[in-house]
Amino acid sequence: MANELPLWEVFIRGQHGTAHRHVGSLHATDAGMAMNNARDVYTRRNEGLSIWVVPSSEIVASIPSKKGPLFDPSKDKIYRHPSFYNIPVEVKKI
Amino acid sequence: MSDPRIHLALRMGDNSLILAQQNSKWCGHAPTLEEDIALANVSLDLMGHAQMWLGFAAEIECEGRNADTLAFFRDTEEFRNSLLVERPNVDFATTLMRQYLFDVWHLEQLLLLSQSSDTLVAEISQKALVEVRYHRERSQSLVIRLGDGTIDSHNRMQEALNALWSYFGSFFEDSKDDELLFDLQTSPMPSSLYPSVLEQLNQDCVLSTLKTPESEFWQKGAVQGHHTENLGYILAEMQYLQRTYPNSKW
Repeated sequence: MANELPLWEVFIRGQHGTAHRHVGSLHATDAGMAMNNARDVYTRRNEGLSIWVVPSSEIVASIPSKKGPLFDPSKDKIYRHPSFYNIPVEVKKI
Repeated sequence: MSDPRIHLALRMGDNSLILAQQNSKWCGHAPTLEEDIALANVSLDLMGHAQMWLGFAAEIECEGRNADTLAFFRDTEEFRNSLLVERPNVDFATTLMRQYLFDVWHLEQLLLLSQSSDTLVAEISQKALVEVRYHRERSQSLVIRLGDGTIDSHNRMQEALNALWSYFGSFFEDSKDDELLFDLQTSPMPSSLYPSVLEQLNQDCVLSTLKTPESEFWQKGAVQGHHTENLGYILAEMQYLQRTYPNSKW
């Protein structure tokens, strides 16, 4: 629809999370309205401690057709996973 | 003679209850998903406030009623809400302007009531304040955006403001009970809020490019239970189920 408001992406840092996670998108004319709408649409159940809103048009996404060159090289490098190490019990949040 | 605090509690509770009922009709019909959810959120907040105030009224009244019986088994002339909140939804501009005018009054009133000499009045007000601060900010920002938006949105908001203006005065109508409550330092005189409320409206008008009507002809009578015709229709819909099947539960 031509007269729809610009799209914004919403990221929320939850009660127990340490990083902002993408939770969805919404429409708003500007940052202030996007913030209010994010509060109303995505934090009704006390989910968040912090909100980020970003204009969707500002996000640079990888191109699906270039998936091969981007991700294939790491497919056969199993040794890059840290699963060969024993994690000390004292270390949390890994 | 009955406790004058009943008058205050009904006035606060009925305003929230009727506006919550009116806004809830937008659920699933608002112009955008975001506004739909936001309006429903505001309705739920107000319904919560109504429950606290009407519960308080029922408690001091001591006639075996509770918040539900006060909401569902009173007739129009027993309601003490202002005439503004019972105005029909009409369109989104009218609904939003009604909400904004209510929010400006509501925040001012709750800030004063949170200093009340009556502990319960102060506590309920402080609890409601947390949500009402946000309501005020949200409706204000939308009124500014639409007032200072397109020619069409500006005209619609200005027409809504003009149409609602004389009913807005209903918030500032004093009664005998208000004098008693004022002497006890329980609540301020309703009319005393008008200057600061008008000042806030005029400040927002600078940004919204809207014009506050100059007329101070107010529709009166709500404090004595004299309402506009529309309240009857609102109550008919809201009370139908409990009147037809008394005490039925969800």
